[in-house]
Amino acid sequence: MTSTKKDPVIVVLQLTGGNDYFNTLIPYNDPLYYDNRPIVKYEREDIIKIDDTYGLMPSMGGIKELYDQGNVAIVNGVGYKDSPRSHFRSMDIWHTCEPDKVGTEGWAGRVAREMDPSKENVLTAINFGHGLPRALAVPGVPVAAIADLSTYGLLTGISDTSQRAKALDLFSRMYSPTVGGSFVTDYLRSTGIDAMVGADIVKVAPELYSSNVEYPNSPIAMHLRDIAQVYFADLGTRIFYTQHASFDTHAGEMAGHPMLWKDVSDGISAFFQDLKEHDAGDNVIMYLFSEFGRRVHDNGSGTDHGAAGASFFIGNQVKGGLYGEYPSAKSEDLEQGDLVPNWDFRSDYTAIVEDWLGMDASPIVNGKFEKMAILK
Amino acid sequence: MSHKDDLALMSHLMRRAGFGASRDELEQKVAQGYEAVVEELLSPPEELESGKMALMLRYHPSFLLPGGNPLSGQANWMYQMISTQKPLEEKIALFWHQVFATGNSKLDNCDQMLEQIKMFRQYGLGSYKELLVQISKNPAMIFWLDNNENHREAVNENWGRELLELFSMGVSNYTEVDVREASRAFTGWTIRAKLPRQPYGRYPWHFEYREEDHDDGDKTFLGESGNLNGEDIIDIVVQQPATARFICRHLYNFFVADEPQVPSWTIEPARDEEALDAMIATFEENNYEIKPVLRMMFNSEFFKNARFSKIKSPAEVVAGTLKMVEEFQFPEPGILQIGKEPSYMGQAILDPPSVEGWHTGTEWINSGSLLARVNFVADRVANTELPGMRKILDLIQAEGVKTPEQMVDAAAEHMGFVELNQETRQQLVDNAKSDGDLDWSNEAAAKQRLGEIMALIGATTEYQFG
Repeated sequence: MTSTKKDPVIVVLQLTGGNDYFNTLIPYNDPLYYDNRPIVKYEREDIIKIDDTYGLMPSMGGIKELYDQGNVAIVNGVGYKDSPRSHFRSMDIWHTCEPDKVGTEGWAGRVAREMDPSKENVLTAINFGHGLPRALAVPGVPVAAIADLSTYGLLTGISDTSQRAKALDLFSRMYSPTVGGSFVTDYLRSTGIDAMVGADIVKVAPELYSSNVEYPNSPIAMHLRDIAQVYFADLGTRIFYTQHASFDTHAGEMAGHPMLWKDVSDGISAFFQDLKEHDAGDNVIMYLFSEFGRRVHDNGSGTDHGAAGASFFIGNQVKGGLYGEYPSAKSEDLEQGDLVPNWDFRSDYTAIVEDWLGMDASPIVNGKFEKMAILK
Repeated sequence: MSHKDDLALMSHLMRRAGFGASRDELEQKVAQGYEAVVEELLSPPEELESGKMALMLRYHPSFLLPGGNPLSGQANWMYQMISTQKPLEEKIALFWHQVFATGNSKLDNCDQMLEQIKMFRQYGLGSYKELLVQISKNPAMIFWLDNNENHREAVNENWGRELLELFSMGVSNYTEVDVREASRAFTGWTIRAKLPRQPYGRYPWHFEYREEDHDDGDKTFLGESGNLNGEDIIDIVVQQPATARFICRHLYNFFVADEPQVPSWTIEPARDEEALDAMIATFEENNYEIKPVLRMMFNSEFFKNARFSKIKSPAEVVAGTLKMVEEFQFPEPGILQIGKEPSYMGQAILDPPSVEGWHTGTEWINSGSLLARVNFVADRVANTELPGMRKILDLIQAEGVKTPEQMVDAAAEHMGFVELNQETRQQLVDNAKSDGDLDWSNEAAAKQRLGEIMALIGATTEYQFG
């Protein structure tokens, strides 16, 4: 199976809660790391070195393997000016590309609208999780939300199979278009059919799927497996969105942070193995981000909200390596004790939208932003 | 009017002025009389409780001060919606939350959001002018619209503009100069220094008037000049004819029938100009008090005839369904989930998408939200063990319901006198016919069938309206 002619696909994995950048891509030779992190630090010998200066935290072995294959780009110092250090506000800014006002449209939803303006495919964009993140929310753009692919559907509360089949049949008749209906009724009916069709189409995905790859048993790995299933089923989905939480490690970071990254890194590793097994890796890139990094100096048990972070691009079509400049951790260079962002997150989105999806980025990200040549 | 008609009308009133009522309550209220019930909703006896807050304090104390965890705050409010004995107090809070839309996403201090909702409960039915004064001094609002950054020497127009555009008159009824002058009048209306965030918990915020940061120069606002302060601006704003129309149209849109989206109000005529005029006249004659407008509205023919002419908001779907099936009468484990349910349908309570609030009516519906609505209702009504469902099914059994027609009609009636269109009803009946008449000799199976019919009614387009 050759898949190089297919439309490019993006998987966004959101690290919700504010990932500790200083403890993710670690400047392991910098004495400032050890000075600032008397307690919340990884030991030098445990850090997975990627060059003479930087290393990944110990549970990122899966990502390191992909990095060694040249398939991981790590962008340093990502964020935006004057970070509010509030999870929700910061996540909104990442989602809507509106740092100065409260925006209502999500960037990924705008991408979906551009891709499929006449809404021919109700599955162009799917969130794997409950509800929709604001990144995908744009009025009038159909986006499915799949918490668990194996139980996804309409009227799933009716357990008896034949009763449910009858119920769905009735639903499709009740929602079929009528002559002379009002605008509101027509709209409700067509939306009902969209929802049912989407659920109906997507249910083939687990049936068609077979794989030798064993995903770990974590929520993020399950979402990534659901994504792989829907992608392999060729349903025309081009934006896959999911998240893992909570990276909000104010306390007990040395217990929680390694587990969070282990789940994410092992899940990603399984996902890319699965793509490889299905010879389907050339059309997919994955993008990882978090709403902010964390304070440089630890608080004795964890770290508080900070500013700059790192983002990751992963996939066969990614030019691996480190990008940008790691912000200085010298005390005189910090702002309110935080690493200062030197790379706007909208530049990342611009690279994705223009160089990967082949679309004009400025209406999506609200302006022109310099981009780096991260993608082949 | 037949007794059934009285019940159906009462069901409509309780759905709009609250989150629905059980058959027992409807019977009792019909006996009490429609106008008396309206009066009780508007002025509930003091001894009634605004929700089972003592139980919440005992079992989920963190919900009362959710701080940095908005999910607990959302669960708190949803629990209050389903457990209050003063339903209109909760409904009017939801109304003002839609108008004075303030979002926790920026505040990151859910305690302050809950304080704002509490203020809406207290002032929401009273004087609109007093309410504007309260919201101007509300710390959550001040921070949300940057009035803490509105200084004598550096005016920030965010609050001043939204006060005119979204909270009172609506666009195109004032000039940019008016925005500027109103903003100047609110300089120095700020909150006491916000201390740095801590990992756990949030500091309470307080309103503070800083004389030294207030611009006390002369201002001219909507034709009136003088050393105007914030209260003077509110005085002038409240008396504008545009304000009465804007606020009454919001009330109509929320309580009576869906209007077009707010930004188009300057162009689109109202759905019922005559009704709106009557509401405006009542508002103006009663010194801009909300309660007389609602009294006149609930007792009007246009309200009584407006059944099922609004698409239910997600909060109404969730609270109404939970009340009907009587789930979470006690704050049992799992209650954290109920505050999140409206978010899955597109309405994260305490966190509207912007200061414009939510787009309502048909915009509540998209493929994801419709699926979430249908499944949420179906999952509950198909569970015949829930206390509210037991009561409903016992009543249906006592009524001797047997034929497919009777089954569909009884199910629709007990879900709030839902008005199914003829075609939908026939499809439901035909579907029920394939399994024949109800066989009460197997009670559990009979009730299961009824639960499934109710799930299907919950899935109809008709049920999306309330």
